[in-house]
Amino acid sequence: MSGNAQLLNDTLAAAKAEGRSALIAYLPAGFPTVDGGIEAIKAVFAGGADVVEVGLPHSDPVLDGPVIQTADDIALRGGVRIADVMRTVREAHEATGKPVLVMTYWNPIDRYGVERFTAELAEAGGAGCILPDLPVQESALWREHAEKHGLATVFVVAPSSKDERLAQITAAGSGFVYAASLMGVTGTRESVGTQAQDLVRRTRATGTDLPVCVGLGVSNRAQAAEVAGFADGVIVGSAFVKRMLDAPDHASGLAAVRELAGELAKGVRGQA
Amino acid sequence: MPSEFFIPDPSGQVPSAEGYFGAFGGKFIPEALVAAVDEVAVEYDKAKHDPEFARELDDLLVHYTGRPSALTEVPRFAEHAGGARVFLKREDLNHTGSHKINNVLGQALLTKRMGKTRVIAETGAGQHGVATATACALFGLDCTIYMGEVDTRRQALNVARMRMLGAEVVAVKSGSRTLKDAINEAFRDWVANVDRTHYLFGTVAGPHPFPAMVRDFHRVIGVEVRRQLLERAGRLPDAAVACVGGGSNAIGLFHAFIPDESVRLIGCEPAGHGVATGEHAATLTAGEPGILHGSRSYVLQDDEGQITEPYSISAGLDYPGVGPEHSYLRDSGRGEYRAVTDDAAMQALRLLSRTEGIIPAIESAHALAGALEVGKELGKDGLIVVNLSGRGDKDMDTAARYFGLYDTDAEVAANEADTAEIEGDAK
Repeated sequence: MSGNAQLLNDTLAAAKAEGRSALIAYLPAGFPTVDGGIEAIKAVFAGGADVVEVGLPHSDPVLDGPVIQTADDIALRGGVRIADVMRTVREAHEATGKPVLVMTYWNPIDRYGVERFTAELAEAGGAGCILPDLPVQESALWREHAEKHGLATVFVVAPSSKDERLAQITAAGSGFVYAASLMGVTGTRESVGTQAQDLVRRTRATGTDLPVCVGLGVSNRAQAAEVAGFADGVIVGSAFVKRMLDAPDHASGLAAVRELAGELAKGVRGQA
Repeated sequence: MPSEFFIPDPSGQVPSAEGYFGAFGGKFIPEALVAAVDEVAVEYDKAKHDPEFARELDDLLVHYTGRPSALTEVPRFAEHAGGARVFLKREDLNHTGSHKINNVLGQALLTKRMGKTRVIAETGAGQHGVATATACALFGLDCTIYMGEVDTRRQALNVARMRMLGAEVVAVKSGSRTLKDAINEAFRDWVANVDRTHYLFGTVAGPHPFPAMVRDFHRVIGVEVRRQLLERAGRLPDAAVACVGGGSNAIGLFHAFIPDESVRLIGCEPAGHGVATGEHAATLTAGEPGILHGSRSYVLQDDEGQITEPYSISAGLDYPGVGPEHSYLRDSGRGEYRAVTDDAAMQALRLLSRTEGIIPAIESAHALAGALEVGKELGKDGLIVVNLSGRGDKDMDTAARYFGLYDTDAEVAANEADTAEIEGDAK
């Protein structure tokens, strides 16, 4: 069975056709429980997210700030396994018909086996993967299997990326390009800053057809509207996780992430 | 004039241009760090071929560090090692008390050449942190050291030293709160502050070029040993023995001997409470290949690639990864790696203290315990060199608790029996 890379492309193209940015949400699998995490993803889709990235919790989340570290920790202590991540992808996609990606550090896939992982993700209805610590020059094996199984490979670009690297990365990637708005780990920030706009401009200047979506630091409707002014998609992670962590109980956590998705959905439609 | 103390690998065969030692190494880093890591590689390559860099570093290694370090024969200790001759390479006598200063001074000079004004580093036992804080004081660089909270407690003396030297010490409270987590936090800092910050990595792990560069800065250890032993013993050793956490002191000792096939290269990993108990940090003994902290190497991990929490009494060896060149030496068979328990290391620590008047670091005591075994295997014609990578002052609290050396401990009275046991064992 082939993965849903095409569904991801179609979803992002449809948003563009509506003259707006897409809203891409991130939530870790297994947080606060596997079933609770699936409910949370359904809630952000219901609130208006176009795409969801499911995080594969890792013992050593080097690129994540304290909020996602805490969520990963809760998920791992709850015993989350790769099979649970696959079930999360499957149920989230089947319930909504929307594109669901996995975001993971490279070692779990390396250990699990690239062929096994890509085959299972495609079978679960996944659309692709974001692999933030797999640089393009180490990615040939992954891309071969991802392509075979109809999965998108989303690469990250950073403000420090030189133009020739942007060209290399956009040529190798598919789905969209994840533009990190600033130099730093995941987490909410007061402002998104000017680096993001410059990076989006430089990424597009490579001549790529891929949508360029901006993540890191975006947490509210005003920021989403600001980013939507220059990017094809707005990626929000820690702000959702924080709503879940701060909620007094699971039901109010679900309500809170659904509400935030609704706010951000207005933001990506330019309603600051 | 060629450099006497900065002696990068002259063969230049490994790693490859992409940073691979056989199947191990590489550069698994986030895009945000690619430019900075590439800059380190380019600047190091320039520095390596610049006589001015070598002259500056040599000058520091002689007049600041005190190189060459002594080679001490330890006959009373050797009586417990099957009668083999044992020599210690005295990296503990370097300024700051360990081998770490060799690498730190090299990278500190590189930091200045790159025009960066801030240095960050991880530390386990605190020896790399102290060396880094020292170099930052010397060169006027801002310095932040990440250290697991567990380690700030068991190595409190070194925390005080770093602060005295003007460094900020951040106690890391995530994960197992040890060296691995300190590295995670240092990477997070580096991603956010890479413009003005150099990550002065302390071991032969991490993304290319760190494994090769850090090795080159420590190669002087083995080069000196080779010359000193030929003068003193008239031949090469049968075995070169060193402890392995990340593996910097071991690669420093081993590297000059790699072409000498008669010299066994023996790395001693921390077996903690015993490899079978699961409470250990013996990565090459019990790990599987994987990716941790930027390169492919052996890693302690579960079947789905989650890193497992290591354990060792020694903060400096308490790490679930290892430098990629050691993985390469292991798989090629050129290197031999064995595991040494907490107890064996602590007994060796006390034995060296009482037979030779040298108190080693607990890290180095793992190598000493390994040498006691290897000596018995080689017999009285054997010749062993051990890298005494650091001194034990920082470990006195751990040792005092382990052996009951504080006045309040009733066990002090049992010391007579300990001495008798050591002497008796020698007979």
